[in-house]
Amino acid sequence: MSEEVKNDVKLPTGKRLVLSSSPHISTSESVRKIMLKVLVAMVPACAAGVWFFGLRALLVIVLSTVFCIGAEALWCLLAKKPVGPTVGDCSAAVTGVLLALNLPPSVPWYVPLIGAFLAIWLGKQVFGGLGCNPFNPALVARVGLLIAIPAVMTTWTPPRGMDEKYPGVKEFRQSVDATTCATPLGVAGQRKKIVGRSEAARRNFAQVSSRRLLKRFFWGQRGGCIGETCAPALILGALLLFAFNLINWRVPLCFAGTVFVITGVINYFLPGVTPPPLFHLLTGGLLLGAIFMATDMVTCPLTGSGCVAFAIGCGVLTSVIRIWGNYPEGVSFSILLMNALVPLIDRWFTDRPFGYVRKRKGEVK
Amino acid sequence: MNKSSRDVMTFKGGIHPADSGKVLSENRPTLTAPLLERYQVLLCENVGKPPKPVVNVGDQVGKYQLIAAADGFVSANLHAPTSGKVVKIGEVPGPMGIPAPAIEIEADGEDRAAELFPPLNWETADPKELVKRIADCGLVGMGGASFPSHVKLSPPPDKKVDTLILNGAECEPFLTADHRLMLERPRDVITGARIMARILNVANINIGIEINKRDAVESLETLAEGTNVKIIPLKVRYPQGSEKHLIQAIAGREVPSGGLPADAGCVVQNVATAAACTDAVMKGLPLVERIVTVTGEIVCRPGNWKLRIGTPLLEALRLAGGVTEEPGKILFGGPMMGFAQRSLGVPIAKNTSGILLLTREEALRHRATSCIRCGRCVQGCPMHLSSCLLATAIENGRWDLAQQNHVMDCIECGSCAYVCPAHRPLVQLMRSAKMELRKRKK
Repeated sequence: MSEEVKNDVKLPTGKRLVLSSSPHISTSESVRKIMLKVLVAMVPACAAGVWFFGLRALLVIVLSTVFCIGAEALWCLLAKKPVGPTVGDCSAAVTGVLLALNLPPSVPWYVPLIGAFLAIWLGKQVFGGLGCNPFNPALVARVGLLIAIPAVMTTWTPPRGMDEKYPGVKEFRQSVDATTCATPLGVAGQRKKIVGRSEAARRNFAQVSSRRLLKRFFWGQRGGCIGETCAPALILGALLLFAFNLINWRVPLCFAGTVFVITGVINYFLPGVTPPPLFHLLTGGLLLGAIFMATDMVTCPLTGSGCVAFAIGCGVLTSVIRIWGNYPEGVSFSILLMNALVPLIDRWFTDRPFGYVRKRKGEVK
Repeated sequence: MNKSSRDVMTFKGGIHPADSGKVLSENRPTLTAPLLERYQVLLCENVGKPPKPVVNVGDQVGKYQLIAAADGFVSANLHAPTSGKVVKIGEVPGPMGIPAPAIEIEADGEDRAAELFPPLNWETADPKELVKRIADCGLVGMGGASFPSHVKLSPPPDKKVDTLILNGAECEPFLTADHRLMLERPRDVITGARIMARILNVANINIGIEINKRDAVESLETLAEGTNVKIIPLKVRYPQGSEKHLIQAIAGREVPSGGLPADAGCVVQNVATAAACTDAVMKGLPLVERIVTVTGEIVCRPGNWKLRIGTPLLEALRLAGGVTEEPGKILFGGPMMGFAQRSLGVPIAKNTSGILLLTREEALRHRATSCIRCGRCVQGCPMHLSSCLLATAIENGRWDLAQQNHVMDCIECGSCAYVCPAHRPLVQLMRSAKMELRKRKK
């Protein structure tokens, strides 16, 4: 393009000027960048999983991610959608890693494969792709797998450094085989079924939540899914997510807080019904769920007050399932159930629009 | 007089647009533009009715002479920016992309002033006389909306106004015209504020300034000492300069939906309008020039110029030394709410606070992808609307849902569209819905 030069001043020609309405600038943030940041935030949890469960865990993480990306690409090909932009937003990779964090480390190769298709196809693409899915895709896969192949999904590898003094280790080594162990929640649940709400139950709960054990649970030395055991790694992930402005802090705090309060109250008055609250906080997938699963942007409410309602709902359901349910763990189910309520929550928990302080004729509901 | 951060006022919502732009021109003192050969004074400058020309082609006019008279109450006078001959009354390229009526004046080079209004002593003059002077001098809101100032200064008697707020927030990235004005003419800003307060008969005078203009805050604070003018430092957050949010930050009141600032007991005027008010009352000068920021990364010498109303865009760019590369977009106003121009012949008006050039890369929009419900638009909306849900309703033609969810309260600040990581045209959808709903109402 030629420029008009007059009085040694280069002036624009005014040709090819873009006309559009404001705003004329926008954030440098993009969906892809958000997804990459989520992946970064999951690195500590993945690293902790590999540390505690060995290279097997790394293999599951890699397989799950690759399968999820593959499932996404395959869907795009079948649906005659461009593959590049869809895969390029990296949301499938995030789903893949999240799914792996929710799988036991010992799963055979076909579990992440089935999981990937459950997550990407059934969990996301049938609804219209990223942003349109009502449920967290990784949880859809996890729950699907849990119901379809419960035995595989509840076979746990003992973490590095686990010894005979651990509750459940002895029992399981005697009854099943030497390479598996139980999750603390599983042990607690099992014992509850055996001894009922008796003094013996109270003692058992006290035994599985001794100071020494809670310390181990905190650092991640317990049976469980790849990404759920190490609290410091998960909390570091939460801080990263928060620093990247990717999560509403209300969700993890209210979720974990609600479980803590409910189990705390029940444990205080009826110590034979459920273990102490710290035990609930540090075992199972509560931290993983509260930090990485419930906070998923697509499937959690838009407003701060909505997030509080959502997270409290998750916490109540998790507590109810853990205390009275048939499953030892309730985090996945409760998040999925609350996901279903998100459209309603978005409708009920909106912020008061500016300028609607006083009631004006018929304008405020 | 350092204010600690806890004293800094603000509102709920809003965003922080990345602003590397103000540094381009904030330290450039205002320069006076040389006299041009021709000026095209737009008739349709103010909100309300355009004024009626009172000169004919061929007439000789003096500087400051009335060339178009207000047509009705919500209308503003227009004056000649220099002495010379009226050569044309017709259409020129307008700032809204369509031709607009204008009076073209060929300068005679003498810049001879016509008879001015006599100076008034504002402390003793009758408030009615002061309002009349402001109307005579053609003052309009210089922040952007261009609302005739005398109308704002005559609130309906049933509305009890007790607070005057001057808007020195200048929250748009890149713009520094008000900043320079507050630094260079602080006395006139404060006097203007006191004149307006006298007209409104209010004792509570506040000047709100975003804290990134600390030097302006400090210089005004020194001068305001001992008067009833309060300088209010504001948090740097867009859209702090929105009338409603300025009132909320400073007076702690919310303008009711569909209401005017007077409904919250406030009148808001721009700082540049206040300085023009001082000129009008104390010197009898009609509004014929203003400070304009000419800026952008590709402008050779970004800075602030005192330009006469009617200066064509191209001449302003010449003053700024031209460009280093062909711009992709030229804006009147800031990047958040400014208007893209299609012609280099568009003259600047009383409300043109800046001319901003964007490069081709900056001008191109990102491809919009689907909403990931991150909620940033909802958190950023200063009106607390559920922007992304509204936009989806609008995309699906659900005007009823859009209306129920208060789309008409949208102030079109563009915060939602700015923060959207999926780059959805959120505010553009709101605008289309507002237009559609207004059309249906008729």
